[in-house]
Amino acid sequence: MTDRIEKTIELRAPVERVWRALTNAAEFGQWFRVKLEGPFVPGEITRGRITYPGYEHLTWEATTVKMETQRLFSFTWHPYAIDPAVDYAQEPPTLVEFRLEPTATGTKLTLSESGFDALPDHRRDEALRMNDGGWAEQMVNIQAHVEA
Amino acid sequence: MSRLSAPAPGPAPVFAALGDPTRLSLLVKLSDGGRRSIAKLSADTRLTRQAVTKHLHVLEGAGLVSSAKVGRESQFAYRPEPLAQARSYLDAISAQWDDALCRLQAFVED
Repeated sequence: MTDRIEKTIELRAPVERVWRALTNAAEFGQWFRVKLEGPFVPGEITRGRITYPGYEHLTWEATTVKMETQRLFSFTWHPYAIDPAVDYAQEPPTLVEFRLEPTATGTKLTLSESGFDALPDHRRDEALRMNDGGWAEQMVNIQAHVEA
Repeated sequence: MSRLSAPAPGPAPVFAALGDPTRLSLLVKLSDGGRRSIAKLSADTRLTRQAVTKHLHVLEGAGLVSSAKVGRESQFAYRPEPLAQARSYLDAISAQWDDALCRLQAFVED
């Protein structure tokens, strides 16, 4: 069982417009806030520099998995790769998928990120903070997450 | 969106430990906060005590349960912290996606 984040959003723009915003490296970089050095090509790594204020020292890197025109764009990357001193390439990545479907008013976009259960032990070695109360509720929530 | 301000570190061992129906059901039993022995946790299941013990050790390895010797038997109790941590990690990633999708929406609807 793999843990997974999934989000759906209705966009008032045609599928071909959304597809371009997702898969054209320059357009992707504008809304995602990263300056990419090259295009997205299945099987290849795309690198860039994050342009989000305060995080410009970080490199962005993803490996394109699938580009099924106007239907599916997916890549793998390393979640929370925010420590420049860590070589995240040694860790198993998560999979990010964008699925597009045309609707009467535009595009339904479904985003998912999965594979969090494959991250290695040493990523959680920070001291745990106590969380008093509400844990039974949290448990139900996490159960819903992992069973989704 | 980028990976900004880190919450707690990765939840992988917690999710991996939870990724099993038997272990989830053991945790649900323990989630009332009470301590229970292996005998008690095996009682109303079809599992052998050895199987229950094995699953409890996986949960213990992920920090989800703690054990203490009471007399000759081990008693197990639920530890809420790793779940809270795993949840806040997912919540943070989820919030960053919300943020990114909002920017995408503004970008394509302009």
